Amino acid sequence: MQIGVPRETRARETRVAATPKTVEALVGLGYDVAVETGAGDRASFSDEAYAAAGARVVDRAEAWGSDIVHKVNAPSDDEIPFLRPGTVLVSLMAPAISPDLVEKLRASGVTAMAMDAVPRISRAQSLDVLSSMANIAGYRAVVEAAHEFGSFFTGQVTAAGKVPPAKVLVAGAGVAGLAAIGTARSLGAIVRATDARAEVAEQVESMGADFLPVVMPEVDEAAASSDGYAKEMGEEYNRRAAELYAAQAPDVDIVVTTALIPGRPAPRLITADMVATMKPGSVVVDMAASNGGNVEGSVADELVVTANGVKIIGYTDLAARLPTQASQLYGTNLVNLMKLLTPGKDGQLVLDFDDVVQRNMTVARDGELLWPPPAIQVSAAPVAASPASTKKVAKEPEPPKDPRRRYVGMAIGAVVFALVAAFSPASFLGHFTVFALAVVVGYYVIGHVHHALHTPLMSVTNAISGIIVVGALIQLGQWAGGMSGAILVLAFLATLIASINIFGGFLVTRRMLTMFRKG
Amino acid sequence: MDIALISAAYIVAALLFILSLAGLSKHETARDGNVLGMIGMGLALVATLWLALRGSSALNWLLIAVAMAIGAAIGIWRARIVEMTGMPELIAMLHSFVGAAAVLVGFNTYLATGSDGSGGSDGVHLVEIFLGVFIGAVTFTGSIVAFLKLSARISSKPLMLPARHWLNLAALVVSAALLVWFVASHSIVPLAVMTAIALAFGWHLVASIGGGDMPVVVSMLNSYSGWAAAAAGFMLGNDLLIVTGALVGSSGAYLSYIMCKAMNRSFVSVIAGGFGSDGAVSNTDVDYGDHRETNADEVADLLTHASSVVITPGYGMAVAQAQYPVADLTAKLRERGVDVRFGIHPVAGRLPGHMNVLLAEAKVPYDIVLEMDEINDDFPETDVVLVIGANDTVNPAAAEDPTSPIAGMPVLEVWNAKEVVVFKRSMNAGYAGVQNPLFFRDNSAMLFGDAKERVEDIIKAL
Repeated sequence: MQIGVPRETRARETRVAATPKTVEALVGLGYDVAVETGAGDRASFSDEAYAAAGARVVDRAEAWGSDIVHKVNAPSDDEIPFLRPGTVLVSLMAPAISPDLVEKLRASGVTAMAMDAVPRISRAQSLDVLSSMANIAGYRAVVEAAHEFGSFFTGQVTAAGKVPPAKVLVAGAGVAGLAAIGTARSLGAIVRATDARAEVAEQVESMGADFLPVVMPEVDEAAASSDGYAKEMGEEYNRRAAELYAAQAPDVDIVVTTALIPGRPAPRLITADMVATMKPGSVVVDMAASNGGNVEGSVADELVVTANGVKIIGYTDLAARLPTQASQLYGTNLVNLMKLLTPGKDGQLVLDFDDVVQRNMTVARDGELLWPPPAIQVSAAPVAASPASTKKVAKEPEPPKDPRRRYVGMAIGAVVFALVAAFSPASFLGHFTVFALAVVVGYYVIGHVHHALHTPLMSVTNAISGIIVVGALIQLGQWAGGMSGAILVLAFLATLIASINIFGGFLVTRRMLTMFRKG
Repeated sequence: MDIALISAAYIVAALLFILSLAGLSKHETARDGNVLGMIGMGLALVATLWLALRGSSALNWLLIAVAMAIGAAIGIWRARIVEMTGMPELIAMLHSFVGAAAVLVGFNTYLATGSDGSGGSDGVHLVEIFLGVFIGAVTFTGSIVAFLKLSARISSKPLMLPARHWLNLAALVVSAALLVWFVASHSIVPLAVMTAIALAFGWHLVASIGGGDMPVVVSMLNSYSGWAAAAAGFMLGNDLLIVTGALVGSSGAYLSYIMCKAMNRSFVSVIAGGFGSDGAVSNTDVDYGDHRETNADEVADLLTHASSVVITPGYGMAVAQAQYPVADLTAKLRERGVDVRFGIHPVAGRLPGHMNVLLAEAKVPYDIVLEMDEINDDFPETDVVLVIGANDTVNPAAAEDPTSPIAGMPVLEVWNAKEVVVFKRSMNAGYAGVQNPLFFRDNSAMLFGDAKERVEDIIKAL
């Protein structure tokens, strides 16, 4: 089958859905790849490079006419007519907030797969473009802030005076937030971060930032949501979070907000009042500007300067500002998707709706609307609770058996033993007494053995078992001319092998024990 | 007076053996325990020789001296040259000797006293002989199979004969019938037939147990060898043999029981054979996602930035002989102030305590070698876990997947640590034949290749 990679037409879009590297991988899966001429120009990939990687460089119509179309952005209204019914279209679609687009795609009869509807399960990580793009955007957000910020990020003591380090506050510690933390840290800034999910504190600290928890009167469990994304928080929480931001605003130089809840308006974290308390020259980057913004006063795709000289950056194309890197990661996500969809590696796309990943991503097929997909649980949190409960069940004591049964068993045992004793010679009972006591002693002696000593213990008991040589020795020593030769031979052999045991066992135990030492 | 002295010597020897086992249960007293065992054995041998050689000719002296000299030479030679990784095989081999000796002594006793109706050849005595030979024969072939499996001379896969439980039962029933015949007839035929059956029974018993259960099998055979000695004691009327055999038998049985508990197996089902083969089919085609590969440089980097490291070794470390580089790595990291500890699963390796012996050989101090229960709660605070050649003992499926064949087996909960590095030859499943979801966790990375070489690479990169 042929994969078409058209040139992106949306304003300010610089990315492309395939790079020469990913083209090679797609060809390796058995596909023909047709790249529209000039598709990679803005991401610094030339037509020649695509051709060298095994793609055909074609015109616009041919790229759109492929069996499978790979795009970054969803097709515009002008582009949808290019699609043939039955074509598999893979792109970002934001199906939850663009019902018009979904309806148009359904009507056109294509199979539409949304790269931004990949479920957040471990197995699907490799095709999650939201993660890969958020990573880039988080990095770029800090770079943009540094570009607009009038000072160093890092503190320095120079001949010309001391420079204090910049203070950065990152709101939301998802992929973008963590990437922003890492970037700001590596530029030398003091970084603080906050998030509604208390469990990310560890991740924040692992990136080198301080975690600012929103202290709640009682712990709110709802924050750790089951679909892997943060959820909207309660009112009480919002009030306390606002207090936290209000306290931080005058102190920090850079604020990066990343709170984006899929398909919903972005929560308002920073109010105009808070911005007004910030120092002149401070920079706020609102990464949620496309969904209304976390920051009051931010404008999508624009840089706004407030009355008190605070710059609010509302760029929505942060990832696209690193076109080469973004295209490479996006393209790799697509390759991973195609690996999943091409089980035979023969260039034949196979959709399997029993696979939650494929089902979840597919928005429409053959004129049938498949959005929204059936809910799936992806978080491990509820599962983690079950082993504890099963363990508890397992540990519950078995229902006590009827004691009478045990007594009856003991009585039968005693009777049997009495019968045996009555019919056996006295010497047997004497030996049996010794035997029974030794069994008990053996059990207790071994009761508290240190696990490290199991092997030496075993080899020493082994050597001691060699005591069977006693029997063989007596037979060998008491053998006289009149007795059977077979006895002599057997006794000789028994003595020999039992001796191997005695000497070998003790010696090897000693060897082992000399190796154990305390440090 | 002679007899009184000999009895006294036997009593002292028996006490010394008890003290020896007691001493062996702690590190501080272990060496003394071994010495006490040697003294006890020496005493018992001297007393027995005195008893056996009263009024005997020079020929008897000579034969005993030659037999013991050959045995001692072989024993000392093997004990000196054995590699610590080869310890399970050696011990299994030694078990088989006890079994064989018990069979020989049993036949001899029959030939000397049982066949002609003289010398107390009553029913009880014949039963003693019969049981002694039976246990000895089972121990003998069972240990040989264990030895062959452990030394990889035969496949460690469980042998699955159809109706294997019925075969075992039939062997026992037929043996019981032969016992009746034997007691009634005093003939050697039933004894010989039973020996053949017991040999086959022992072979089949261990052949149908998988390699993963070998620690239990070895300790079980240890117990059998004790019972064989005790049975010999009964037939010879020798209390020292009875006491010693019973000591070894019951301690070995208890040790096997501890191991079974550690694997959450019922003792009976392990002995009856076939664990790990009944339910292992399930779960093989579940998609666990992708595993992440890493390299020695990255691991070295991870280790230098860690403050606490736990190493969980398994049989793979023994196979690769990696204990020396691992000890080296441990020493290097400890010099840098990294807190390095070892977490040992009770059934890691092919012998109870196998890992401890290997680490001790490489001079890892034993106070940083902890057992599962001691270390399991510390994993969440651990930065890096190195899983070296272990698989089933670190499998989260045991704790989380109730349908898994190893469900409920206590395991080292390494996945709670921040980073887990798994040293492995390939992505193949472990002995239980169960896939390990640990390898696909986000905080796990795989380091493929020979464990010894990889650890050496890390040391170089440090």
